[in-house]
Amino acid sequence: MILQDELRGLTPGRATGRIALLSSPLSLWGGLNVENGTICDVNHPEHGLLLKGRILAMKAARGSSSSSSALVEAIRRGNAPAAILLGRVDPILVIGSLVAADLYRIEVPIVLVAETSWKHLEDGMQISIAADTDHTCIRFENREPL
Amino acid sequence: MKYEPIDLQLLAGEFGEAPAHAMRMLVRYGQVLDAERFVSIASAHIDGCLYHGQSSIDFVRRLVDLGGKVRVPTTLNVAAVDISHPCWHRGAPELLPAQAELTALHEALGCVATLTCAPYQRMVRPRVGQHVAWAESNAIAFVNSVLGARTDRYGDFTDLCAALTGRVPYVGLHRPENRIATLRIQAPAVELTGLARDIYFACLGYVIGARSIGHVPAIVGLPADVNEDELKALGASGASAGALALYHVVGITPEAPTLSIAAGGNEAALETIDITPDELHAVLEDLCPLTPGEPVAAMCIGTPHFSLAEFARFADAVRGRRAADGVEVYISTSREIAAQVAATPELAPVIEFGAKLVVDTCTYLAPVVRETHGAIVTNSGKWAHYGPGNLGRRAGLMTLARCIRSAELGKVAQP
Repeated sequence: MILQDELRGLTPGRATGRIALLSSPLSLWGGLNVENGTICDVNHPEHGLLLKGRILAMKAARGSSSSSSALVEAIRRGNAPAAILLGRVDPILVIGSLVAADLYRIEVPIVLVAETSWKHLEDGMQISIAADTDHTCIRFENREPL
Repeated sequence: MKYEPIDLQLLAGEFGEAPAHAMRMLVRYGQVLDAERFVSIASAHIDGCLYHGQSSIDFVRRLVDLGGKVRVPTTLNVAAVDISHPCWHRGAPELLPAQAELTALHEALGCVATLTCAPYQRMVRPRVGQHVAWAESNAIAFVNSVLGARTDRYGDFTDLCAALTGRVPYVGLHRPENRIATLRIQAPAVELTGLARDIYFACLGYVIGARSIGHVPAIVGLPADVNEDELKALGASGASAGALALYHVVGITPEAPTLSIAAGGNEAALETIDITPDELHAVLEDLCPLTPGEPVAAMCIGTPHFSLAEFARFADAVRGRRAADGVEVYISTSREIAAQVAATPELAPVIEFGAKLVVDTCTYLAPVVRETHGAIVTNSGKWAHYGPGNLGRRAGLMTLARCIRSAELGKVAQP
């Protein structure tokens, strides 16, 4: 696990999956194809990458305030990431996660990861997340807790 | 979090289950942003009324089913299609009824279907210092900067929760300390750039947006007679290129009578960025990949929505002229302003030129322009930024005068 004081659960939920570590911030509106869960922003370095079911990790979100709608619509269609790890609080994605949990009972936890812990996150790594407002942890497959 | 009695009443359901539900969302949102308390708002402007899929409808229907009504005057931003002119719609046919349903659901909550991205062009507008909850990036920049009212950057869902409760977390640009200028931007004098004024403001906004991320810029060097339409263009460009939500223009905007006041008395500490004419020309080159002589399919202006003053200037510019056959001319505006244009004989040259007034939506996101191979010309920095990606079309930013000449010729005119 990553140390709990390095993590902050912004929205609750549990998820398991492989990390999709982005090299550049992504705006979900105009950036995520909600019909198939891939990155559709042609200017993004990871254009074409499938985010569906992955643990989306990006240091910051970017762009439009309609990204909350894009997240909810992707969740409704079953094409969203399983969880989102952020380096900076993004209220737009947070409200999307809250609304989706409320409307569809599907939790896509969003976790704030402190700058010092990003070095532990590698693309493709299998992890499990348990996020709550007062207690959040990330568990790595076959690894000591962090 | 410190709750006031109104917050507790809202949470307890004393005003009904819909506001209680909305308030619980806002509490969670406020906790994430480390809010200490809530503040009351005077109005709301909703961006979540643009149809993104079934979930857009599910969210609002839930609030309607719970008996929700807005607690403050609430206007709607643009929709995904022009409901008033369905014959102009060239996208998926099922989008029309879906958008109509979403708009009707918002009206059932008591929202006014203004369907405009420029709610500040209506008669009643927020006053200096008033708290509001506005969504849509250009409207946010305008209401904060030009009107001096206070909104944070609201987006889909939070905007409607704010409207149903009349409360928002007291964070971000609601707090005066976060509105103080943190960067001084020295703009080049318009005459030094050699650019026409409309393009000067579009390009300047673009540079400021890109170079002031994370800052509240205070701009000096703008012409003393700068008008609201020019500030509208500057803010819309800046919000497209960066996340510009508040800027000050020294000597012009309400919170910046002097640089010192804009900077909270700390002007000496401000970092300065000098913007050169070359930077503006570089933006123009980037946003106009078109070459003179290439075929033009359409001219799209009115992003953000055209004001009456802009219609008057346009009418003067096109009097006695006519767009070439095969070139579509679209001007995006609100229902209210379109009705005024129709009722004003002096504005007849607009229609005689061949312009169609698109309402309720905007041509940079709605599939209105016919599928042809020609380019689209615009004098809007925001259109030039988003249009090509949204619509998959070639587009170029240029002065209004050159847009008009290009529309007349049916091909991109010389600069």
